[in-house]
Amino acid sequence: MHLAHAGPGVSGSGGSSTRTSERNRQEVVFPTRDQYVEVVRGYRDGGFEMCADLCGVDYLTHQGRRLPEGVAPERFEVVVNLLSLSQVKRVRIRLQVPESDAAAPSLFELYPGVEAMEREAYDLLGIVFAGHPDMTRILLPEDWEGHPLRKDYGVGRVPIQFKGAPGPR
Amino acid sequence: MSEAEPPDDHEDPDAQPPSPHPDTVQEPPVSGDDFLSPAPDGTATGLIVETSEGDQELSFRSATDAGELRREVGAVLRLPEGVAIDPSDIDVERTDDETMIINMGPQHPSTHGVLRLMFELDGETVLRTKPVIGYLHTGMEKTAEELTYVQGSTNVTRMDYLSPLHNELVLSLAVEALLGVEMPPRSDWIRMLLVELNRVSSHLMWMATNGMDLGSTSMMIYGFREREMILAFFEKTTGLRMNHNFIRPGGTAADLPDGWEDDVTIICDTVLPRADEYDELLTGQPVFRQRTEGIGGLSAEEALALSLTGPILRSTGVPWDLRRSMPYLRYDEVDFDVIVGTYGDNFDRYSIRLNEIRESIRIIRQIVEKMPAGDYRVQDKKVTPPPRARINESMEALIHHFKVFTEGFKVPEGEVYVATESPRGELGCYLVSDGSPKPYRMHIRGPSFVNLQGLPLMMRGGLLADAVAVCSSVDPVMGEVDR
Repeated sequence: MHLAHAGPGVSGSGGSSTRTSERNRQEVVFPTRDQYVEVVRGYRDGGFEMCADLCGVDYLTHQGRRLPEGVAPERFEVVVNLLSLSQVKRVRIRLQVPESDAAAPSLFELYPGVEAMEREAYDLLGIVFAGHPDMTRILLPEDWEGHPLRKDYGVGRVPIQFKGAPGPR
Repeated sequence: MSEAEPPDDHEDPDAQPPSPHPDTVQEPPVSGDDFLSPAPDGTATGLIVETSEGDQELSFRSATDAGELRREVGAVLRLPEGVAIDPSDIDVERTDDETMIINMGPQHPSTHGVLRLMFELDGETVLRTKPVIGYLHTGMEKTAEELTYVQGSTNVTRMDYLSPLHNELVLSLAVEALLGVEMPPRSDWIRMLLVELNRVSSHLMWMATNGMDLGSTSMMIYGFREREMILAFFEKTTGLRMNHNFIRPGGTAADLPDGWEDDVTIICDTVLPRADEYDELLTGQPVFRQRTEGIGGLSAEEALALSLTGPILRSTGVPWDLRRSMPYLRYDEVDFDVIVGTYGDNFDRYSIRLNEIRESIRIIRQIVEKMPAGDYRVQDKKVTPPPRARINESMEALIHHFKVFTEGFKVPEGEVYVATESPRGELGCYLVSDGSPKPYRMHIRGPSFVNLQGLPLMMRGGLLADAVAVCSSVDPVMGEVDR
């Protein structure tokens, strides 16, 4: 039930107080799926006006990644980058999403700007965002099979899906 | 009359011109003009089916519930009272008969790439807009997972093809953040010089295309002319006009060419007075002002809610520029102003970009003065290849050279998000490393991709003729939107 805070934003790297790592220091939070929306709501009410970025990661072939204690690694992660313009701060929220139920609550009600980003994460990784008003593909054609950014989606062995399409003549 | 008829009847079988395709008469129409008309039983045929994006398209009013209608016009942006659009203001009772859905693109001179816009119109007034994207999607984020960090910048540079150096920069900064290396000062300053020149060239290109979209073709020619000067300098420095692959993890590919100060000074001395000429050509021109002032307006709350960044956010009066607010490289050591607007309309976005050209020139002049001597890349042989001359005399240098270009260098396990201010807004890179020489995941937060979300709100209630102007003022680069 606790929120695990990792130290510097560059989790895992050297951590010497160089100019670069000093600047990239960001807060990282690991909520559970139940806490997710409430945690984000807390940040929004706490002055994080903008959701700068939202993307998904498939950790299928990198299960042993370093996570703070108490956070069970799952196959997918939804990574949200919130930005506070007033406090000039960023916070990163990493939500673990299991393979068996690749779904997460949508942040659309809190940040309408995540609309395209959540659609992109759905399109490329197959994570369904419950409560999103328009959960369709965004970059790929609507009838595309599979989600290309998944690690078990091969590169270069998929036939070009437009090749066999009937031409206008 | 009665006498004339029999010969007609008699001649008819012979006189009838032979049909070129007698068989096709009986077949359902599958070619020619009949593409776009539905089959007799009402189902869509031909091109409609083949080009359909399914649910990604704007649906008809009868198939859209009231909540969805309100969403598409931005009534759910969680705005304070008085700023938000009143939900009762939205006419959910209107039927399909009164409105029309038209399609613009995916190929259209004013959509700045392969962007498809679907409008619902009431007469000439735009009610709803939906951008349909993905026509340039080539899976560059997937490709990035197959390339080493050394090769990575050849990939990202092709995303936002009008500001390629910014793409290379953000990837390099992310990789260097994971590596934890300290960059030599000169490489920072060289990078700053190049990205600022790139910002000028990108804004010039925008001025050119925006002028063309508004019917000022002279501006188009002028913008391209000035941009060409900068591209010539890029060619001299990097070897290529675009897609440079010059800013790489660990520094830059080479040092600046001899005499670069003179070239850059000439560019500054030319572009600055030319910017005044644009001012004269456009800013004071009544037709231009009428087509931009008050068009596509946006409030600061709306821009923040929709995650819009860059000149669009600044045009609403929010002084947010990552170069100033969260400085990277050496932007905290140069003096420049952040340009903000007031009304968030097309004219503000135009003035911001025009004045950002001037500010960038100001930064470039300071860079020319302050450019330090030293290395243009970090002298860590595990990251950067050794100089060519060392390969002939040193076995280790040869090994390092070989390793860097075949296997690549390993990056410590970790993840980082780095953001820079590209000409279009916040260009971010979320990079995950599993300790191998290839990124485990590389996500680019494209400013154009996010900024396109503002289109439905900006166009709502405006005229169809202004839709082109609004789309242009967002400055989307489709290579980055679709990636």
